[in-house]
Formats: sequence, C-alpha cells, structure tokens
Amino acid sequence: MASKLLNRVPAVSARLKCQRTLSPTLAAFTPSRLLSDVAPRPLPLPATAAGAGDSPPASASPSPQSSGSSGKFDHNAKSSSSSVRSSLKDPELAKFSAIADTWWDSEGPFKPLHRMNPTRLAFIRSTLCRHFGKDPSSARPFEGLKIVDVGCGGGILSEPLARMGASVTGVDAVDKNIKIAHIHAALDPVTSTIEYCCTTAEKLVEEQRKFDAVISLEVIEHVADPAEFCKSLSALTIPEGAIVISTINRSMRAYATAIVAAEYLLRWLPKGTHQWSSFLTPEELVLILQRSSICVKEMAGFVYNPLTGRWFLSDDVGVNFIAFGTKSSQ
Amino acid sequence: MESSASPSPSLSLSLSLSLCSARFCIPSMNRFIAKSLAANLGVRRVQSRCLCGAAGAGAPGSIRQPDHGQEQQCSGTSVAQYDVAIVGGGMVGMALACSLASMPLTKNLNIAIIDSNPALVNGIRINKEDPPDPRVSTITPATISMFRDIGAWQYLQQYRHAYFDKMQVWDYTGLGYTRYHARDVDKDSLGCVVENKVLQSSLLLCVQNADIQKKIFPSRLVSMSLNPGSRSKRMDGISSEISRGDLTKLQLSDGTCLFAKLVVGADGSKSQVRELAGFKTTGWNYSQNAVICTVEHASENQCAWQRFLPAGPIALLPIGDNFSNIVWTMNPKEALDRKSMTEADFVKTVNHALDHGFGPPPTSSLLENGNIFSWFRAGVATSGNGGFEIPPKVLKVASERMVFPLSLRHAKDYVSKHVALIGDAAHTVHPLAGQGVNLGFGDAFALSRVIGEAIAVGMDIGEVSLLKKYEAERKPANIAMMAILDGFQKAYSVDFGPLNILRAAGFHAANYISPLRRSIISYASGEQRLPLFT
Repeated sequence: MASKLLNRVPAVSARLKCQRTLSPTLAAFTPSRLLSDVAPRPLPLPATAAGAGDSPPASASPSPQSSGSSGKFDHNAKSSSSSVRSSLKDPELAKFSAIADTWWDSEGPFKPLHRMNPTRLAFIRSTLCRHFGKDPSSARPFEGLKIVDVGCGGGILSEPLARMGASVTGVDAVDKNIKIAHIHAALDPVTSTIEYCCTTAEKLVEEQRKFDAVISLEVIEHVADPAEFCKSLSALTIPEGAIVISTINRSMRAYATAIVAAEYLLRWLPKGTHQWSSFLTPEELVLILQRSSICVKEMAGFVYNPLTGRWFLSDDVGVNFIAFGTKSSQ
Repeated sequence: MESSASPSPSLSLSLSLSLCSARFCIPSMNRFIAKSLAANLGVRRVQSRCLCGAAGAGAPGSIRQPDHGQEQQCSGTSVAQYDVAIVGGGMVGMALACSLASMPLTKNLNIAIIDSNPALVNGIRINKEDPPDPRVSTITPATISMFRDIGAWQYLQQYRHAYFDKMQVWDYTGLGYTRYHARDVDKDSLGCVVENKVLQSSLLLCVQNADIQKKIFPSRLVSMSLNPGSRSKRMDGISSEISRGDLTKLQLSDGTCLFAKLVVGADGSKSQVRELAGFKTTGWNYSQNAVICTVEHASENQCAWQRFLPAGPIALLPIGDNFSNIVWTMNPKEALDRKSMTEADFVKTVNHALDHGFGPPPTSSLLENGNIFSWFRAGVATSGNGGFEIPPKVLKVASERMVFPLSLRHAKDYVSKHVALIGDAAHTVHPLAGQGVNLGFGDAFALSRVIGEAIAVGMDIGEVSLLKKYEAERKPANIAMMAILDGFQKAYSVDFGPLNILRAAGFHAANYISPLRRSIISYASGEQRLPLFT
C-alpha cells in the first residue's frame, strides 16, 4: 500500500498545480486513510460508536483515542466496504460524555475552544459575507442563509451563527452533546430556533438535505476517512455553496504545540485528544476537497498570543488553520 | 529669583507632567450630579446593604441576592427584556447610549436607561443668557473627536463652549513655570471647556434623535439578580421568566422590573450597580475640598491657568464670553471660609492667590541669565511661547460658590458576568488635570466598541470574556492616569525645600525640552494611552 501511495503523490500534486509539493518524507507519512481509494482493513479495535442509545453506522477509527476536547465527531460509514459495526462503546466517548456538562463553562476543559471561537467566527463572517454578497456591517448578515454545523458539540459555533441571522442545523454524533446544546440554546429566543440532530453527515446526505453553507470545524482530524467525509460535506452543499473546514496542520510545530504543549504541558486538552498522524496539511486538505469538487478559495491560520490569551487570524497555517471553499456548480 | 538647582532627571520627568489647565471635571461634580439625578442615593445604599445580607463579602462578580422576604413584586405581568440596561443617565451613560446608536452593528440593540432625573424625560432647558454654571468639564481633543464620530458634537456647538489653546502652570515658590501651546503638537486647541448641563443636554438630544430603540425609566435601581435555574437539564414546562437564565433581572424603586443581557453601571462615584454586584474598591479621601464658581473678567480669557499653592492648586479656565471657571482645592476649613465670605472678599482672595499670594511669581528673565537651561534654549525653538504671564484679574463672581470633597477611588474589577462599570463608578480621580470625565468617556466609547465587536461575531454581549476585553483596554490606561494624578497631588502638597527645587526643575524641563512637552500635551489630550511611551 505504501508504494501505491508514493506513486500516486507526484501525479496528484502535479494535477493540483500547487506551489508546494508534498515532500517525499511527508508523503511517506501520509496516512493510508487519506489518499487510498481502497478501504482500510478494519481495525481490530472496536469502532467508535455514538453515545448512549444511538447506533449510527460506525466506522473504523484511526486510533482508539479519538475523543476530543472539542468532542466533535463525525463517523463516516464506508459505503462499499463493510466496516466493523460494533456496538461496543468507545471508552474515550465515555470520557468525553463525562465532561460534556462543561461545554459551556468558558473556564473549563473547553476553554481553548471558547477562546478561539471569536476568531473563527470572524473568518467565517468575512468569507461568507463576501461570497454571498451580504452586508458585513449589518448585525445579522446571515439572514436567509441555511447553515449546517457538522460536529457541533455543545453548540459553541451554532449559537453565534444563529445570532447572526442564519437558520442553523447542528449535528453531532454524541447524543449528550445534542442535549446540552438544546438546553443552552433554549435560553435565548434567538438561538432557540437552531435545529439540533444527533446524526452524521452521511445520514443527512441520505436524507437529501441541502444547505447554503456547510461548516465543520475541528472535526476532520477525528474522522476515519477524511476523503469520504469531505465527499459527504460536499453532497450537503448546494452548487456555489460554501464550505468551511478547520483543523490542525500535520507539522512539527503542531506536534510541539497542539500535542506536547496543549496536552502534556499546559493540560489544556486531555491526553490523547489528538493523534498527530491524523492531522492534515493544508495541501492535503485542498487535495481532498478538490476531489469532492470543492475549490478552496481562502485559507488562514490561527495564532495564539500567550500574553493576551487571545487568538488571532494570520497567514501562518503552521498549526491551526481554517479553509473556505466553494462548491463548483455542476 | 534665579534657580541654581541642578536638575534631577529621575523625578523631574514625573513631576513635569503637570497637566494643569485646571477645571477639568471634578469627580465630585459627577457625584453632585449623581446626587441630583438619583436623590437619596445614600439612603438607598444603606437599604440595599440590609437587603443584601452577608453575601456581600463574596468575590466580585457574585451578584447579591436580595432577601426574599423583602423582594418587591414586579408590577405588571410581562417583564420587558432589553439588551443593554444603562443605570445612570449622566454624561457618561448617555455617551454610551449615543455611541451604541451611532454604530451600524449596535444600533439594533434595545437599550434601557434607568435614571430618576426628570430632566431625562422632560429635556434639559438651557438659557443662553444665563451666566455659566459652575459645574463644567474640560474635554480633551480625543473626546471631542469621539463626540464628532457619534454625532453629538453638532448639538453641543449651539451652546456656549470655549476652546483654549494655551496653558500655564506654575507654583507658589516662583522658581519655575511651564507654558503649553497647542502649536507644539500642531493642533488648534488643547481642549474645550463645556458646562456639564450642556454636555448632558447635547448627548440627550443625540440619543433622542437617534433611531435606536430606547426606553428611559425614571426611577432608581433597587436590586439586581441573576436569574437562577438555568443550567440544569430540566426541559419540562418552565415559565419563560425562569428559563431566561442568562439575563439579569433589575428591580426599580417604582416597582417595575426588567431583564437585561448587560447591565452597565454609569451611576457615578457612589454607584449602586457597583455595590449590588459586589465589586471591591480601593481608595482614600483627600483631605481637600474643592471650591468652584464662575467669575468674570474685563476681557476674554483664552488661556487655562493653574497655580499650585501650598494647600492645593487653583485653576482658572475660560468658559467663554469673558467668563472663567475657578476650581480651587484647599483644606476643608478654608473651603468653608471661602464659601461663606462676601463676594468682594472672595474676589480679592482669588486675585491674591493667582498673582502674588503665598509667594512670588516666576520671572521670565529666569532663563536669560546664564541659567543651566540657556544652552537648551539656544538649540530648542520654543516657538515664541512667550514668557510668564500674570493671569487676568477677576472682577466679580458670577455664580454661587460650591464646595465638594475630593477623593480617589478605583474598583478592583470593572466587569463581571453581565455587569460592566464605566465612568466614575469605576474610578474617581483628583480634578487637578481635568481628566475625570475624559476617562469616563473613554470607557464609554471603548465599551461600545467592544459590544460592536461581539455582535459582529454573534456573541452574547453579557459574556465575561468579552467584557474582560474592555477591562484590559481601559484599566491600565485609567490606572496610569490615576497614579500620575495622585503623584502630583502628593508632590505638590509638601512644602519642602529640596522638593520645591525638584518641582521647579520639573517645570523647566517641561517648558524647554520640546519632545517632553509634546509628549505631555499628547497624553493630556488623550491622544496617547500611556505617558512617555509612544
């Protein structure tokens, strides 16, 4: 399989015409889940299942520790292959469910996410306003737009989007998250219009739902097959619609900051939240989005300023980055 | 008299930040206004203390729960909900309302203004023929430009207001003086002196004419509580009142209740909001009172004068039409004397204090005679600042004399969940540099900007992390200014030979080292946030 990968990479990157080509060393690290069209062999470990009382199609996860402090999951069913459908609960999910109550505690385990939220929203606001021709100085620029937040968790992103005027649908595979999100959103009449479902992107595609914008932040690094996931996201978008994906770069710096510093030194995230090998580089993300007929128009990085404790947007995509793409009209 | 002192660089820099020009907003002015706006505030404070019980010692941010037995029932069945409730309709509170109304992002907010002053509902009547009110404020160019941005300046221009472009500061020892000119920073004016009622009226007109949704509640705030029962996972039939857990409920003295996402305390130095929200303060009372009044000259005064006397500074500020405003800080006993003496005597003492009283005036020739600074002068273009001038003579008193005690107070935190403090509620300063109300306006505009940024990214405006942004912006600037003013107040209250000479050296340094003077003027004008570091 490795040799197949190496053969593919130069061809793919040449097609892509991007500035930076994947270096051979990086290509060697490319996880099998990314570029291969062959379904990965089912892992012996139990597949991640959804939270209590729900059993959506499970897929093989890259590692057993795929719970995130962001807790945003999406599980893609392998359409063709028969992945292991196990009803065994992933211990990580249980660990995550335990801290689900702290979703809205801005000083709790989800603090980094709360801190990052305004920055992500600023990017989303500017790109979506530009794309859909909305007035950026209006208080509710997304009036009339249908947006889906895939892997919404407790609704940290969905609620501001609703306040900005959008009709938001939030989906998450963990039932407890959806419950928390419901309760919190009910506190404000503006956000109580958000539709929360405990489901997956795949299921939404099966239901033939379509949205003006599909947003999936900090999810793709937890997904078994990012290529399939992107295909699902693309299927949810109307032609000329928008897709926003954010994730962590697979770079040395990201290893040092997002894993070593964040999980072990600063203890921002529980250990094992992220797996470095499941990170995606910007080029890879662009690549797989391309294959799903999405053209990435803008990309930005998030940088953390330790002095002020705030995140800000920058050109530095070395660690966290966010990408905005549009679906080509067929 | 020649000064043979050698300059001491270390202290002279700090001392030379003599931001005279007196007559700036006395914090006690605001307190006076607050008193007239919310009568018997002191009485209310005592009452609310009883209501609040022992929970008061909690950390800032814990909103005190009133005893249920004494909690008033809200009149009316439906309780209105507002986005921002501004408690205190004084200058700073109305500036916030105006600022929110002027920005496209925030002009759809629902604002409630809570103030028992009937003038807010009936309008403030200003008779242009009246002599100026003794309660005036000096607003800096930075504040003026902010007023222009929010569209309030056009209302202000119809009334009396006086720009001044010159400032002279000296003290009773006669060893040194400083003259500031707006030319030094390439501006037209150093500031503008406006009566408080004019400021308030123009802000009120601006808000009334703005198309923002607002309601004025003509009563006093009695209690404030964060609605409980929000975070539990009950989803059964909860009445809409209780389920709005993210709002603060305010109870007013006339029985009305309202909900608000964000409560802004703009109610002056005896802030009720600060009290109810449990913010701790530090501070002390200066053993000084300020006597203020309006006086008249023979001709127009266009310069701001401040002379530091042993008991405290006296400032003479132009207010327009041959009138000037006097702010004279002194110890309480003398203040009472000066207030009760006859007008003629008072005029005599004022002229005495401004001219030869307590010590000789400095002479311009100080610098010609081989003074150590003469080589400075050679290279430095003082741009014809002119030598020392004696202030114009006061002919008569044109208003009643008022006395206010002075103090310094600072809240340890400005924000907590759903609550923010602005203006005198957050900080009270000595009037010696006229910065009090300007700091308040700075707070109001910073808060409105932060609220605008929050709405841009769809955040809940009552969230602490957002409000902390406002605090992080304003607190360092306010504390720096307070520290400097307090330093001046202390430095000038001691009559000690070497210290006098140090102060004189400070005057000289500020007068002749142009970059320093420019920096001082910029800082006092509100153009730069921190002194000396641009």
